Amino acid sequence: MITLSPEQKVMVGTTLLGAVAGLVGCFAVLRRRALVGDMLAHAALPGLCVAFLVAAALEPVIQQQMGANVELKRNFLVLLTGAFCSGLLGIGLVTLVCRWTRTKEDAAIGIVLSTFFGAGVVLLSVIRRMPVGGKSGLDSYLFGQAAGIRYQDLVVIAVVSLFSLAVLSALYKEFKVLSFDPEFARTQGWPITLLDLIMMGTLTVVTIVGLPAVGVVLMAALIIMPGAAARFWTDRLGSMLLLSTALGAATGLLGTVASARTAKNWLGIDPFAFLTGGASLPTGPVIVLVGTAIFLFSVVFAPRRGVLSRLIVEFRLRRKTAHENLLRSLYELCESQLPERPAVAIDMIRAHRSWSPGVVGRLIRQASRRHLLAYQNETVRLTPEGLARAAQITHNHRLWERFLIEGAGIAADHVDRDADLIEHVLTPEIIQRLEDQLGGTAGPPRQIYDLPSSVATPDDSASHIDLPSSDLPEDQDG
Amino acid sequence: MSAPPVEIHDVTVAYHRKPVLWDIDLYVPEGKLVGIIGPNGAGKTTLIKAVLGLVPLASGKIEIYGKPYRQQRHLIGYVPQRESVDWDFPVTVLGVALMGTYGRLGWCRRPGHTERGQAMHCLEQVGMAQFAGRQIRQLSGGQQQRVFLARTLVQDAQIYFMDEPFAGVDAATEVAIVELLKSLRERGKTVVAVHHDLQTVRRYFDHVILLNMRLVACGPTESTFTTELLQETYGGRLTILDQAAEAVRRGEQVQ
Repeated sequence: MITLSPEQKVMVGTTLLGAVAGLVGCFAVLRRRALVGDMLAHAALPGLCVAFLVAAALEPVIQQQMGANVELKRNFLVLLTGAFCSGLLGIGLVTLVCRWTRTKEDAAIGIVLSTFFGAGVVLLSVIRRMPVGGKSGLDSYLFGQAAGIRYQDLVVIAVVSLFSLAVLSALYKEFKVLSFDPEFARTQGWPITLLDLIMMGTLTVVTIVGLPAVGVVLMAALIIMPGAAARFWTDRLGSMLLLSTALGAATGLLGTVASARTAKNWLGIDPFAFLTGGASLPTGPVIVLVGTAIFLFSVVFAPRRGVLSRLIVEFRLRRKTAHENLLRSLYELCESQLPERPAVAIDMIRAHRSWSPGVVGRLIRQASRRHLLAYQNETVRLTPEGLARAAQITHNHRLWERFLIEGAGIAADHVDRDADLIEHVLTPEIIQRLEDQLGGTAGPPRQIYDLPSSVATPDDSASHIDLPSSDLPEDQDG
Repeated sequence: MSAPPVEIHDVTVAYHRKPVLWDIDLYVPEGKLVGIIGPNGAGKTTLIKAVLGLVPLASGKIEIYGKPYRQQRHLIGYVPQRESVDWDFPVTVLGVALMGTYGRLGWCRRPGHTERGQAMHCLEQVGMAQFAGRQIRQLSGGQQQRVFLARTLVQDAQIYFMDEPFAGVDAATEVAIVELLKSLRERGKTVVAVHHDLQTVRRYFDHVILLNMRLVACGPTESTFTTELLQETYGGRLTILDQAAEAVRRGEQVQ
């Protein structure tokens, strides 16, 4: 048997707990049942108290009969059984309230959650005034006390983790179709009520087991946050489950390390001494805060779904739009003198687009670096490539403008702005279709921008979306 | 298989005790494309869901090839309304198509190489094979509908129930779906589809079910899809049935 120091026990316990909470939490998040975990945790409190009272009453009797010194009141399993029962009662009540009254599910969850929690707190205060021993442990269920994890608790957590893992791997495909399309699952003959019960049952067991370490108030966070964070990084259920498990484990581990006492013992220094004056931080809340940090990191930095990558996409589009507008202005300003490429004063561009000098200067510098125009003495002149590009952009713009007027019946004085928004994201396929529909007379004659055929158009391939010829996506977020 | 694919005997369906379908009695002939036509709130979706056992029957019975639905599940394919699922779900196009194989795989078995092949084949049939690895949110409405169709094709059923397969799809997808329905018919399959666009009914369907809370008519398109019967279906809600349903609901509340 491996012997673990108390700190190691706490670490193993919270890591395992985080992992399994992340695993089962995934499906709760996907099925929009995240609040159920919260309700379960709160609803467990009166069950814990009742179980404690029953155990306290039975303890002397059993001790007399068996002659052994059993410590029933503080037995993890006994308390958890009570918690499990009242958790299930809570779920049942929510279902009943929804079905038999006109109360919506979120309201029903809120009502049951606060009622049970209130009852639990009242029972706690009653127990506090009773002359029985071993009641100090109960208070820790409110906010959790990971430091109190004992060897037998560890065994329970390990068994529950293995059980959940087994259930989820065996029923992976069933849970997948149930979560995505329950009606379709039912037409295939899956007993969705039973599957739902298994899923919620697993969630209940995991929630309850986590209570001593993280506490009634914060357990939901451990269930919800790893799954919600994992969703940002992947588009596949399998990898989401793995990632959520890993993030949950990391949350538990880092949270425990960060709560000062453990860190001090392990690292020899107290990283939070400046905050706490050397006292230990409560482990449960610290774990939750670490979970929040991981979630926030995912929200900001995840590729494609994250805030940052969306901002980058938007920034790129804006820059592209500004560049194309600059080229179109240049084209329009020298259109009358084509095919000559006269020099255009920067002041004229500024007046044409009402841009500030700084913006114009920056755009011109960037464009000249891409050899689209040449800058000299406060004037700019399009290069042949620049002219080709500008002509094409103007062509697209006018094509879209004409489509809006003729095809979509939009008033002519509204059109320029609408055209401005769309034309920068039009794909070559759509342009081709517009040309086919409207005829080729929309803008500058094609030969102008087809002329320098040896020059590859510096097209922004980043904006190119490969669509099937027939379909326009309703929403492309990536 | 001498019994018709679907036989509905005196079926009444109620939501929250309020009847939405009254005494429906009809049968669907084999190997036809059948359209369910009727105004909003006529109970078209409910009729399909009743056949599939997704809503309880207040009275009556439904048989698939002469037997109860429970025994004939493997013969049935279902395409729900596109809005009925969360398209942000973390699953790929291939993943959705593979769900069609879950029914015959049974408990705990995962789809393997064979199932993947079948799913890819069906995605090819609807022209979605090139998008197999894509997350479903990145698809257009028409493409999403095609994925749903592929999932049902994978089920390799005998009767297909489709809830508004043409809703919100582009013209090219509509053509593709019609071609698909016709090829299913050629292979002797029966398709029952809820349909909204009256102009295309004659071109798409052999047989129509005209529905407005009760069955108005059911028969071959030529003889059934007539102006009079359409007026009966759409011309004003059947106010008496409406009021009666409302009365039932209120009576239940008082009790």
